[in-house]
Amino acid sequence: MDATTHAAHTHEAHEAHHEELGFWRKYIFSTDHKVIGIQYGFTALCFLMFGFLLMTMMRWSMAYPDKPIPMVGGLLEKILGADVASGGVMSPDLYNSFGAMHGTIMVFLAIVPLAFAAFGNYVVPLQIGAPDMAFPRINMVSYQAYFMGGVVMFFSFFAPGGAAKSGWTSYSPLATFADMAHRVDGQTLWLLGMVLLITSSLLGAVNFIATIIQLRAPGMTWMRLPFFVWAQFVTAFLLLLAFPPLEAAGVMQLMDNLLDTSFFLPSGLVVAGQPATISGGGSPLLWQHLFWFLGHPEVYVLILPAMGMVAEIIATNTRKPIWGYKSLVYSVLAIGFLSFIVWAHHMYLTGMGTKISTFFQTTTMIISIPSVIILTCLFLSLWGGSMRFNTAMLFALAFLPMFGIGGLTGLPLGLNFTDLHLHDTYYVIAHFHYVVAPGTIFALFAGIYHWYPKITGRFMSERLGKIHFWLSLIFMNLVFQPMFVQGMAGMIRRMYNGGATYAGTDTEVGLPADILKMNVNITHAAWALGLAQIPFIINFFWSIKKGKKASDNPWNSTTVEWQTPTPPPHGNFTKPIEVHRGPYEYSVPGHATDFTPQNEPEKSTKR
Amino acid sequence: MEIPYTVEARRDTGLFNAKVGIWLFLASEVMLFGALFSAYILLRVGALPGDWPHGLLNIPIGTFNTAVLISSSVTVVLGWAALQAGNFARYRKCQAITLLCALGFLGIKSYEYREKFGHYEVWLNQPITVKHAGKDVQTDRLLGHFTHNGSHPLFWKTETLAEKKVEAIKFSPDPIHYSMTAREMAHAKKEAHGQPHAEIEIKTADIRRLSAFVPGHGPYFAIYFTLTALHALHVLGGAIVIFYIWANTKMWKTEPERYINRVEVSGLFWHFVDLVWIFLFPVLYLL
Amino acid sequence: MSESHSHHDLAKHIKVYWVVFFALLVGTAVTVGLNYMHFDSLALTIGIAMFVATVKAFLVAGYFMHLLSEKKMIYAILLTTVFFLVGMMFLVIWGRDQLPRGSSFFGSHNSSSTPAISSQ
Repeated sequence: MDATTHAAHTHEAHEAHHEELGFWRKYIFSTDHKVIGIQYGFTALCFLMFGFLLMTMMRWSMAYPDKPIPMVGGLLEKILGADVASGGVMSPDLYNSFGAMHGTIMVFLAIVPLAFAAFGNYVVPLQIGAPDMAFPRINMVSYQAYFMGGVVMFFSFFAPGGAAKSGWTSYSPLATFADMAHRVDGQTLWLLGMVLLITSSLLGAVNFIATIIQLRAPGMTWMRLPFFVWAQFVTAFLLLLAFPPLEAAGVMQLMDNLLDTSFFLPSGLVVAGQPATISGGGSPLLWQHLFWFLGHPEVYVLILPAMGMVAEIIATNTRKPIWGYKSLVYSVLAIGFLSFIVWAHHMYLTGMGTKISTFFQTTTMIISIPSVIILTCLFLSLWGGSMRFNTAMLFALAFLPMFGIGGLTGLPLGLNFTDLHLHDTYYVIAHFHYVVAPGTIFALFAGIYHWYPKITGRFMSERLGKIHFWLSLIFMNLVFQPMFVQGMAGMIRRMYNGGATYAGTDTEVGLPADILKMNVNITHAAWALGLAQIPFIINFFWSIKKGKKASDNPWNSTTVEWQTPTPPPHGNFTKPIEVHRGPYEYSVPGHATDFTPQNEPEKSTKR
Repeated sequence: MEIPYTVEARRDTGLFNAKVGIWLFLASEVMLFGALFSAYILLRVGALPGDWPHGLLNIPIGTFNTAVLISSSVTVVLGWAALQAGNFARYRKCQAITLLCALGFLGIKSYEYREKFGHYEVWLNQPITVKHAGKDVQTDRLLGHFTHNGSHPLFWKTETLAEKKVEAIKFSPDPIHYSMTAREMAHAKKEAHGQPHAEIEIKTADIRRLSAFVPGHGPYFAIYFTLTALHALHVLGGAIVIFYIWANTKMWKTEPERYINRVEVSGLFWHFVDLVWIFLFPVLYLL
Repeated sequence: MSESHSHHDLAKHIKVYWVVFFALLVGTAVTVGLNYMHFDSLALTIGIAMFVATVKAFLVAGYFMHLLSEKKMIYAILLTTVFFLVGMMFLVIWGRDQLPRGSSFFGSHNSSSTPAISSQ
């Protein structure tokens, strides 16, 4: 059978069919990976802002405990009720639910959908030369499940008793007993939302892996893939294999909450002075094991796409190949593999024995090696580069030291004898926020500035971008740097009044006054950080219509997503793609241009 | 550009897309059921001696259900082979049997569930004397059935006794309890065979706890119901997909290769469901 | 999958399916039969039950799911999965074993009606 005529014939039929797509099929129920990528991106950015706003209110409570929140206090009371926000003052319970939801929303509704699903969906098929994802309809369902999960999570704030308030980690028995008055409460909705989100991620992961395995264009061998694709490939495997145990655990916790089972509830439990009327015999540790079995690979899900993006942006803006491509690939595979056997370093203080503690400590130390290799390769890639300091590059450059700080500060947490002191303190919060906030989120900003011209055909304003960058960099550090100090001084997490309860006095040892005062500085910096996003938001929307027009390959990049019209048409490529070289052929000696696209045909040479 | 390899295999992997997809999905399902099995092991290992129910499930029925599922697995693969030979009528017959087996499995499971919901354990404040295997035994835990107003109620708990203002129940204790070893239980059952069921009256005031064999009874039934219900949902889901493909025969005429691929992919899911049961059955029923 | 199956090939495959079917039924009967033998050693009971189950699983996966003739890519996916599955199960159980002596995280219910608030 003649493949080309067959393809051409169905292409025509396809074309004719697609001209009839109405608004709903084209924009809402689309199966096109680019539309789905944008849907994910937009929804995720909305949740990112929502999660941020939750935090700004929490920070008020920490800096000015028991005082009414200005501007929004009255609104909170009206929307959420006087029992949690009477007089506009945030109650401890409300603080707890804001905290639990801030974490949940940021991790599962903002970062993962943005880094993995949004950028992955838009860019990966283009970068491998494919017409779409392997399973476009499953792709659509995956977005819809995510959206439904987000809706459930959002509306859980209005459930009787308020949103989940047992931490994003939802530890039993607190998760079951935090709200004894209502059976179907915010916690139940949280679990339901999680089931939907996990389903979405699983479907997405299957799609990504199958696409990367099966739909690479001819000539796109594994070792010619852009590093971003490798990163997304490993990330997809992490989601595929690590999420199901959490789904199982979520179902079990749902049953504990709704059907009176005791999967995670031990015997002899006494709640509020009364023995709990449960069968007992369960294990709180079991929840922790199953949660962190996902929880640890999850943090690599948060960082790997970011590393991939930074690699692409650095290569494009240094006009040099990435240093150590093979090392990067093997390292990212090693990280993926190792990330499954380090999880109990989140559980050092559960009373585990020395043997198992040593095992996890060892694997945790080992996993830092490939991470350092990746960071080193990215740093080395800068040497001798001809740098273009556009906004995308500034964010990508800042990612490197910020992630470095985040990674290095993780070492005392990975060693159990230092973790004894630092566990559950603000040091932990500082560590993981450094990795995700000035780490991943900076990489995501970089990605937005970098790929915006391909998606919209226009540049974002460089001036607004640079204001956004510098302000964000300064305030991110002002927010999170002091938290290391606070943590080392012993300030623990999840205190609605910023630790004022434990303030040291003349007669009692407690948190020093200067440590507590830092809460105010941090809070102000956090609000300033919020204000610093305004240039970005304006830029983002304004540039869609008014940005400077961009060509199809405005950054003169080598990877295949730039070798197609802007925006890419349905089916992505007007003619079949064939790949002839690696992804970073920049500044090759003897070439007329300083870059050679992956799919540019070989010049005929007489051999 | 059309998406390639939806029907024909890609040369270097030798696979078509949906096959890669279904195996990836099955990998995630392995982790899902694996996590539940891990939970089972942890809960069982952590149970106090005499506290882990065993020998309470109906083994002949479970064995029959296993045979039903295994049969459905062979009919699925025979159906696929028939399609490859171009024998569409044979494929339809095989899949019809598959679907009947699926329905049978689910029906038998429902019967088993219902049977459990009316079977009780009662914990007493003070031990009493009952006959186990002809001998007098002191125990404060009894298994058995009871009647209320002439019927066998389902789903009662300790609170239900107060709610319904029941002062005493007529309880028929079983000759066995799961705190015995398997050997002792087999012996006790043999001794009691043919004997009439003694009925005793238990006052509500003497009852510390009453529970049917429901998820809330304890970790064993919690994990039993979770594992088997999740598995049953997969049986149902798989059956629906197989039915959908079986009913929509148009594609066999227009794109036979694609149709065969769909049958194969849904068959792979079905075999996985059978695989899970192959482990579920001995672990829950026999061990 | 555009493999053209010859009649001969298919007939052979079908024969294999029936053989596996009967083997599975026999395996089931063996498992149940052994169950009635009530071994004293717990390890032996579990070992035999799991061994038979694994053999049956191997038959289903190998022949019904055609894993024995499947491509490398599928093997790679499955072996990775099995490795992490075993790792998860083993490490979780090992962790349980490592609790300090005398601690009673689970199974600490007593049959008396007054629960003690354990001071751990």
